Amino acid sequence: MFELQGVAHRFGRLGPLDLRVAEGETLAVLGPSGAGKTTLLRLLLALLAPDQGAVRFRGEDVRALDPAALRRRIGYVVQGGGLFPHLTAEGNVTLVARWLKWPEERIARRLDELLHLARLPEAALQQYPAQLSGGQAQRVGLLRALMLDPEVLLLDEPLGALDPVTRFDLQADLRTAFEQLRKTVVLVTHDLGEAAFFAHRIALLHEGRIAQEGTFEELARAPADPYVARFIHAQRAPLERLR
Amino acid sequence: MILALLAVVQIGSKAFTESVIVAEMATQIARSAGIETVHRRELGGSRILWEALLRGEIDAYPEYTGTIAQELLPGQGDLRDRVAGKGVVMSRSLGFSDSYAIGMQRRAAERLGIRTLDDLARHPGLRLGFSNEFMDRKDGWPALRAAYRLPQRSVRGIEHDLAVRALAGGAIDATDLYTTDAEIAAYDLVVLEDVRRFFPDYEAVLLWRKDLPADAGSALRRLEGRISAREMIEMNARVKLRHDPEAAVAADFLAGALGVRGAARIEGRARRIAARTVEHLELVGISLAAALVVAVPLGIAAARRPRAGQLLLGAVGLVQTIPSLAVLVFMIPLLGIGARPAIAALFLYSLLPIVRNTAAGLSGIPPEIRDSAEALGLPRLARLRLIELPLASPGILAGVQTAAVIDVGTATLGALIGAGGYGQPILTGIRLADLGLILEGAVPAALLALFAQALFELLGRAVVPRGLRL
Repeated sequence: MFELQGVAHRFGRLGPLDLRVAEGETLAVLGPSGAGKTTLLRLLLALLAPDQGAVRFRGEDVRALDPAALRRRIGYVVQGGGLFPHLTAEGNVTLVARWLKWPEERIARRLDELLHLARLPEAALQQYPAQLSGGQAQRVGLLRALMLDPEVLLLDEPLGALDPVTRFDLQADLRTAFEQLRKTVVLVTHDLGEAAFFAHRIALLHEGRIAQEGTFEELARAPADPYVARFIHAQRAPLERLR
Repeated sequence: MILALLAVVQIGSKAFTESVIVAEMATQIARSAGIETVHRRELGGSRILWEALLRGEIDAYPEYTGTIAQELLPGQGDLRDRVAGKGVVMSRSLGFSDSYAIGMQRRAAERLGIRTLDDLARHPGLRLGFSNEFMDRKDGWPALRAAYRLPQRSVRGIEHDLAVRALAGGAIDATDLYTTDAEIAAYDLVVLEDVRRFFPDYEAVLLWRKDLPADAGSALRRLEGRISAREMIEMNARVKLRHDPEAAVAADFLAGALGVRGAARIEGRARRIAARTVEHLELVGISLAAALVVAVPLGIAAARRPRAGQLLLGAVGLVQTIPSLAVLVFMIPLLGIGARPAIAALFLYSLLPIVRNTAAGLSGIPPEIRDSAEALGLPRLARLRLIELPLASPGILAGVQTAAVIDVGTATLGALIGAGGYGQPILTGIRLADLGLILEGAVPAALLALFAQALFELLGRAVVPRGLRL
């Protein structure tokens, strides 16, 4: 789906790095803040252009594609939902579809499917972002990203700002949704548990480079370097202390 | 020629009572000859009227020979020929002379033993206040000071009619007067004798453009030699001291002296206010609409390119620092007198609040919102229309509201350059010390400003998306 070759971005302090995202997989990009996770997502969306190397989407260099058209093939969910405050939840979700002049019945049909998938009460659609709870706003953000049925879904700390109970519910719903959608997903998080819960594969980012790629078990069992070992230990130790 | 016949004859007047009365007479007498004529009142000082005449913005106005010879066309040769060289016809004297003179309160002059302008030089401590035009005329204060070696240091410029009141009230000790001023008798002033014959003759005449239709010219000539100095002083007194409308005073004179009747157009208060309201709304409405069309795109550009934006904001900010009166006057050489230069000046004044608030509203959109919009795959113009402008709309609207309120107030100054509006009664009211007239302009102007404020509050409910008002 995505292929990064020798990609570097100076101000984003990223790379050079190589990375492949396979069709249908869920990849978690894991790392502490400042490791370059968000820069990586912005490169995939062509919101940033790499200083070196190339980003390919389905084999095509993204520089050769119309950026707006490319972005409509990618769903993007940010922390807190990134909703437009002047539009209702429905206005947010259907904004681009309406701009593309989808017929009303097609929009209604798609909304129905998505409401079910994201377990959002229908009444919430008429609310403005300021009236939604954090979890609802995040669900609306997910609906908005999925509206055009994108080929790939990018999520930037989707559960970051939520309280633990909401987070727990949404986590489960998100995984169900990913399984039903069978879409390629790239999820950025600093939380090891979250990465392990969602992802087939984890890429651990450290100071702009990929420290290790593999499944959670592989990372836990055979850390590639002392940093990986420390990162994993730091997140697992508190739980183990309780035992 | 046909166009000239169809056109309305426009007669201008300077911003003082006598000029308004004489212009009103000229207007009525032309009208009585069947020529559609309007009086554009109180357009400003001599130079503004003269240039408006040369440009054809007005067709005729009352002037004084001394002013033409000293100030407008200094030089040698016969005055009538010099004026003709500019395409202007000068009438014979209307019958009176209105010279400059320096006047004092009789009691003060007698106490100090001042009788002539020479005597004035012996009292350096006297406070002098001169009309603004007299302060810089070639035949005004600088030349007078040189001719009589006057030593006074305390000299300030003040509006002519206020100067007379200041003199009567004792705030200044001497001022320039017109010899036909009604206040000389009313306030018991003395005119200091011009022993060195410094002031030239100021015979009242009418000036008109050569292309004025012949019948209009001959109508105006009927005023030649008909107005005596005594009659003029009396008419000035009726207007300034008894607050009779100039049109009525002029009509009475024409009826008595020339048998001309029924050509006066005296507006009642309600019609006058209605006419001023229309003029004021035109000034504010057109300038504001034009500013909106120009300033919002400029604000968008400024937000998009912050460095060029700083430059742009600096430039429109600079316009704001120029006093509004100066901006108005700068417009005269470019656009003449009347509504056009006033609208242009108001337009320039309205730019800053709209540009700045548009730019600030757009730059204030949080980066994550901006990112979301871009990541959704909306092209630039669609993002602007669907997301950025709606989010910036409260700011843009606030900018337009500020501009509108400033505009309503500043537009009152438009009357100084013949644009009419609520400034007109204020200006006339100041000239005539008529509080009622001042309020006739000031109260509607204040109400209109409040109305504009309220209108934009309401508009906010219609324009600003509901989600931003939660």
